[in-house]
Amino acid sequence: MAATLAEKIIAHACQRDSVSPGQIVTASLDLLMMHDSGGPRRVASRLEQLGAKVWDPDRVVVVSDHFVPATDLESAEILALTRRWTQQAGVRHYDMLGICHVVLQEGGHVQPGMFCVGGDSHSPSGGAYGAFMIGVGATDITGALVTGELWLKVPQTVRVNWDGALADGVSAKDIMLYLCATLGMGNENQAFEYDGPAVRAMSMSERMVLCNMSAELGAETGMVSADEKTLAALVEAGRPFTGDIARWQSDSEAACLAEHHYDAGTLAPQIAAPHSPANSRAVTEYEPIHIDQGYIGACTGAKLSDLHMAAKVLKGRKIASNTRLLIAPASVAMTRQAAADGTLEILTEAGAIMLPTGCGACAGMGAGMYSAGEVGLSTTARNFKGRMGSAQAQVYLGSPYSVAAGAVKGYLCDPRELLAEPA
Amino acid sequence: MTADTTPDKPVDMRTTDLPPAAASALSRRGRAFVFGDNIDTDLLAPGPYMRESPDVLASHCLEAIDPDFASDVQRGDIVVGGKSFGIGSSREQAVQSLVVLGVGAIVATSFARIFYRNALNFGLPALTCPDLQAERGDDVEVRPQEGLVINHTTGKQYQCESIPPELMEIVNVGGLMPWLARKLAPDAKAAAAGGDASPGDPG
Repeated sequence: MAATLAEKIIAHACQRDSVSPGQIVTASLDLLMMHDSGGPRRVASRLEQLGAKVWDPDRVVVVSDHFVPATDLESAEILALTRRWTQQAGVRHYDMLGICHVVLQEGGHVQPGMFCVGGDSHSPSGGAYGAFMIGVGATDITGALVTGELWLKVPQTVRVNWDGALADGVSAKDIMLYLCATLGMGNENQAFEYDGPAVRAMSMSERMVLCNMSAELGAETGMVSADEKTLAALVEAGRPFTGDIARWQSDSEAACLAEHHYDAGTLAPQIAAPHSPANSRAVTEYEPIHIDQGYIGACTGAKLSDLHMAAKVLKGRKIASNTRLLIAPASVAMTRQAAADGTLEILTEAGAIMLPTGCGACAGMGAGMYSAGEVGLSTTARNFKGRMGSAQAQVYLGSPYSVAAGAVKGYLCDPRELLAEPA
Repeated sequence: MTADTTPDKPVDMRTTDLPPAAASALSRRGRAFVFGDNIDTDLLAPGPYMRESPDVLASHCLEAIDPDFASDVQRGDIVVGGKSFGIGSSREQAVQSLVVLGVGAIVATSFARIFYRNALNFGLPALTCPDLQAERGDDVEVRPQEGLVINHTTGKQYQCESIPPELMEIVNVGGLMPWLARKLAPDAKAAAAGGDASPGDPG
């Protein structure tokens, strides 16, 4: 029977020949990820209450990224608790090394065909590696830790194809903001599978943005089936894939809920107005709104490729005197790479303020929060009211190109214009 | 919040025990509090207050769009929402805040996926009912088991998507923690009864 990638992975994870959308099934986990905020501090006492242990420590990865670096005693204690628990439980712990979705992929933990769960809503990021990965809350994580299983409703598959090629200054972030505006945020029980020449041309890091922001579509998850780039990335991560990626592709004749085709060549940079990613439209449709602070950060917007985009705009330029640009790289390894390849120098020469790696202001916890009345432009995934500080702040979302361009001009502007003129 | 910082003892983040899930699985009845589409987790549990105690965090629930909600809502009241209720983060505090405030059930046009899971895991019935017509203050009854919502003020009743039986089983025992306790120790039903193993651990 013809099946989509999502259906194939779920069927495999619950030892069935096939599954159909709408069925409620219990699937076995290949990988469970949790972070310091929804992880040990929440599950440790629950496991004690249940008198239960972790079902398989080798399949669990914990990442400290929300309360890092500790800025107060409470954060320090949460991080200490996380260290103690991971040591006792014998599970892998990435401590302050980067944002969970990014370090998981840097470590090659997510592999094609895997059924994975993460204690964070942006866990669909793992779908960039041809896996099925969903986000859940801390109680579901507790259950999954104990049983190694998770119930789910088999989602419908939605195919999203991007034909052609993205223009210079346009990125995966623009695609997702456009899709949020076009398809809305109510796509529950749907697995989005991204494909087409523009997606195949993307780096793994850009594919991750597509899958990551499937959370903003309200989708069950997002996925890009594995190809040579996926395999190469896993070799680089030190965990080469030993299976056959041909097995983990959607059958062309498999039934899906919808199939969309878009032309990447005609897509303009997108900006989401407050207070929703679905309030997105082309940057060309905006007035030159003054920006108090640009923020390049979070799992979706501060990876090495994002820093490269920002540097492309900032090279030889300066941040406008009436604004600020804050940059929190997504991982320590990426900061090191950005230092080695000259990117950091470009960013700091332009006047950017470098922040520590972590979820930062996107989680409403770290450095870079907005005050009432401030206007922000951010590469983060969500601009919900009050998320990054005051509920009276106005936060816009855009790609790293757009945020860097906005910081140079001091107002919302089209990054393609800056890229086209010599610095 | 004060954390116990004795070095050799894990920090207990709990400052209050959660009340056991309100009322019975059979019927929850109270006043309706009506909200629109896309009520997100940052409105339900604002990031800047996430470090506060569950009670303090709950006092800020939905304040950005309804400053009076947290002080007005009483045990058993029903939250009525539009599309994609609870969209956003996986933070359980979004559900927990409603539970702390005593909300008896949520009825919405549709639910964000993680929020829906979290609600059932906390023993809070979440019913999908696109047709429901209700205004703030209406006397609304929710019967999760039957998938029925009754607006006693207007005299109309609505059939909604019932919660699948395998998930209703979780709601009926008060949430995923008691359900897990039973699953792991079928003979220890006494231990799982009541709120002992509620998915509390707030903070």
